[in-house]
Amino acid sequence: MAETLRVVGRPVPRLDGLEKVTGRARYTVDLVVPGMAHGAILRSPLPRARLRGIDTSRAERLPGVVAVLTAADLGDIDPYYGQVIRDRPVIAIDEVRYAGEPVAAVAALDPATAREALDRIEVDYEALPPVLDLDAALAAGAPRVHTRRPAGAPPEAEGNICFHARVARGDPEAALAGAAHVFEHTFTFPMVYHYAMEPHAVVAAAEGPAVTVWTSAQHPFLVRADLARMFGRALEQVRVVVPYVGGGFGSKSYTKIEPLAVALARKAGRPVRVALSVAEACLTTRRHAARVVLRTGVDRDGRLVARVATIWLDTGAYADNGPRVTTKAARRVLGGYRCPHVRSDAYAVYTNTVPAGSFRAIGAPQTIWACEVQMDLIAQALGLDPVELRARNLGRRGEALFDHERPLDADLEAGLRRVAAAIGWDRPAAPRTGRGLAVGITDAGAEPVASAIVRLHADGSASVHESSTELGQGVRTVLAQIAAEALALPVERVGVVASDTAGTPYDRSTGASRSTTVMGLAVEAACQEVRAQLADAAAAALGTGTGSLVFEAGRIRAPDGREVTYGEAVRAFFAGPGGELVGRGYVRGGGRWTPPPLFWEVGWGAAEVAVDEETGQVRVARYASLADVGLAVNPPLAEGQDEGAAVMGLGHTLFEALRYEAGQLQNGTLVDYRVPLAEDLPALATGLVEDRNGPGAHGAKGMGEGAINPVAPAVTTALARACGVVVTELPLTPERVWRALRRRRAEQAIPAG
Amino acid sequence: MDAAAPAARPVVEISLTVNGRPHTLTVEPRETLLDVLRVRLGLTGAKLSCDVQVCGACTVLVDGLPVSACTYLAYEARGRQVLTIEGLADGDRLHPLQQAFIDHAAFQCGYCTPGMILAAKALLDEIPRPTADEVKHYLRGNICRCTGYKKILEAVAAAAEALAARHG
Repeated sequence: MAETLRVVGRPVPRLDGLEKVTGRARYTVDLVVPGMAHGAILRSPLPRARLRGIDTSRAERLPGVVAVLTAADLGDIDPYYGQVIRDRPVIAIDEVRYAGEPVAAVAALDPATAREALDRIEVDYEALPPVLDLDAALAAGAPRVHTRRPAGAPPEAEGNICFHARVARGDPEAALAGAAHVFEHTFTFPMVYHYAMEPHAVVAAAEGPAVTVWTSAQHPFLVRADLARMFGRALEQVRVVVPYVGGGFGSKSYTKIEPLAVALARKAGRPVRVALSVAEACLTTRRHAARVVLRTGVDRDGRLVARVATIWLDTGAYADNGPRVTTKAARRVLGGYRCPHVRSDAYAVYTNTVPAGSFRAIGAPQTIWACEVQMDLIAQALGLDPVELRARNLGRRGEALFDHERPLDADLEAGLRRVAAAIGWDRPAAPRTGRGLAVGITDAGAEPVASAIVRLHADGSASVHESSTELGQGVRTVLAQIAAEALALPVERVGVVASDTAGTPYDRSTGASRSTTVMGLAVEAACQEVRAQLADAAAAALGTGTGSLVFEAGRIRAPDGREVTYGEAVRAFFAGPGGELVGRGYVRGGGRWTPPPLFWEVGWGAAEVAVDEETGQVRVARYASLADVGLAVNPPLAEGQDEGAAVMGLGHTLFEALRYEAGQLQNGTLVDYRVPLAEDLPALATGLVEDRNGPGAHGAKGMGEGAINPVAPAVTTALARACGVVVTELPLTPERVWRALRRRRAEQAIPAG
Repeated sequence: MDAAAPAARPVVEISLTVNGRPHTLTVEPRETLLDVLRVRLGLTGAKLSCDVQVCGACTVLVDGLPVSACTYLAYEARGRQVLTIEGLADGDRLHPLQQAFIDHAAFQCGYCTPGMILAAKALLDEIPRPTADEVKHYLRGNICRCTGYKKILEAVAAAAEALAARHG
């Protein structure tokens, strides 16, 4: 029988609720640090150029200007950063590699002066021929985006190949040769912009040896490590503070503009605020565009016998998190299907465009879209129901699809049948409407390294100190619930202090759906330490043993009925009016976490769409989403994550795509870049599978990314059933759909034979 | 280098009322209402995001109507009543919309929330019992990238009921 939970699993109001509905919540953009100057960044107008010279003298003479930063100021530091491949400079050095790359920065007493000073900087560019897309970058003799080999570049990187990852087993070519049917399709996925509503913002101070940054970063400790290495500081000399963050979705993962802000503050000799506009955020990071080529062989019954995937990811001018995206894509394209013979090659390719990095479910929407649309095409060719074809191929719970992987921890087929039922799969569809469904699995969790400190105060309230970033996902609320459960306290008696590397302990990162699981366990362990100390203190105060004490709602009761409050036990322990008990919890890699992944994140989705054949307009009328969450620590928050991910998926399915022409981003503002609006919301039903199958506290596991993955394939296959056209390029814009419909009509008009 | 003071720019004096309190300020003609609220008055609830009057994160009410403060000149607000999120609650008593956003988990990162709540207030002032489609249509000028809107729509509907009950 499952344990009885008091706080975990309940719809506890968010800890940040009052602040966020009253406007009192403070984000990095709201901070004012005494004496701070305002930064502005001069960006390259050219996609590729040699920097012959920069004249900053007229800008420096402008009254109100405090400092002008160029690469000439970086001689005493290591100016390059990047998580795997250190190829990105603080500011362009000798060469620019994309239109929008920072080439100089100004700090001034007010923002208007800083912007005005940018116009007074003269840059002498020597234009060089750029490579602007995958084909150009991969062509024989293509110019190289990086002519020098950056630190961390893998040996296989040559030409414009930044990184390569492979998953392989068996002899796929031989198996394809012997397959009853072989299907080959190519799928194209666009560049997508996160649009975290708070653009990247940093306030940096670098006076003396201490470096302090307030930043909208998702991973404060990784930013700290980069800054310490680059600027030659000890970790303890660098303080990274993260206030509330106005959305992340991966756009604020790893290090972005913090090094530039620190370099500028160092030169200015005073704190500097650098707050990007949305147009600049568009020039800072994006999701990888992808081309996915899938060759799949099946037997007569539709069972997969071989799959060869080739994935090309446009990683832009710098690697950023491209290598990890590539590694994930190579695995994620294979889905939750059994297949004896496999070869999946994924390549990150440099181009002279905005660098691509993490974005909700890295490498997954691109590849799961391809995998799942092809599964439908196979079903169609074999005359099988798409649910049935998938059911024949999906791995079972407890089955490891690869020897080196954790066995599947969810019932993939049951979930698929559940979303199928939710959308009325077996009922006939109305004319010009269709239904589609999909399932995606992702190897989630990232590195499981985290620490937490829990302090039990002399009044019996508790503080959780941790560094998972509150991006809106509700991590502070969830951790407070886990702590309240473990401490047997009302949740109102638990506060969370978060994300200051000088005051809260290490967390590797906030992303990959890891915080509830990984940090949740660290917090729970810290609470158990406190509880053990509290038991000793209470036993001493009550003159009894620790074994039979009952903890309940902030009180500890002995078998004879005598009790002490937590606060009384703490004060008795210290024999004074104050004091506090401190517990610490660590989560370390290895051990229970091998083999990877930490857990499987699973998202199922089913869509019903209507298409207007005159205009090509696709409308998603209904959408059913289902997530496997182990245990929803806070059900409304879990639902909200799922709903948000599903609607975000509608964006890249229906209209979102960054467009380039001649090396210039054409739609880098919200006027031209269309994200989902309230009016786009379909009738949306979200379900949570809670069978306590996760490695986290009380069987919880991560969620929040999975729901984005099935949207595009579910909608694309629903469209195919509505009107008979299969569109293999996203987004499904009216023009693209209309052209596909016209092609189909033209083909039908030509008599066969 | 020693920074000299920036060159003086032309200014104009304006009077306006913000959250019931009168203010007389000297502003540059090009200053936006958002800058005046955030920088001069320290009311940072309204947020800058898209900067082109699309996203609604900077929504405040001017004489009861929603405006995008990012592109609304402070000068245009002279003599007018401005309501920001900081002025919506009645002391410690939250406005029913604020309470409904908490009750329905209708926000995540919270960056859009002040603007969203004020836009919803303008809606409910105009149409006390809107249909779901009317709410969706009215809020097309307020983007939320986190929630997928479903819980926002639920919160607005709940607040409409609460307000209707309050007004009998």
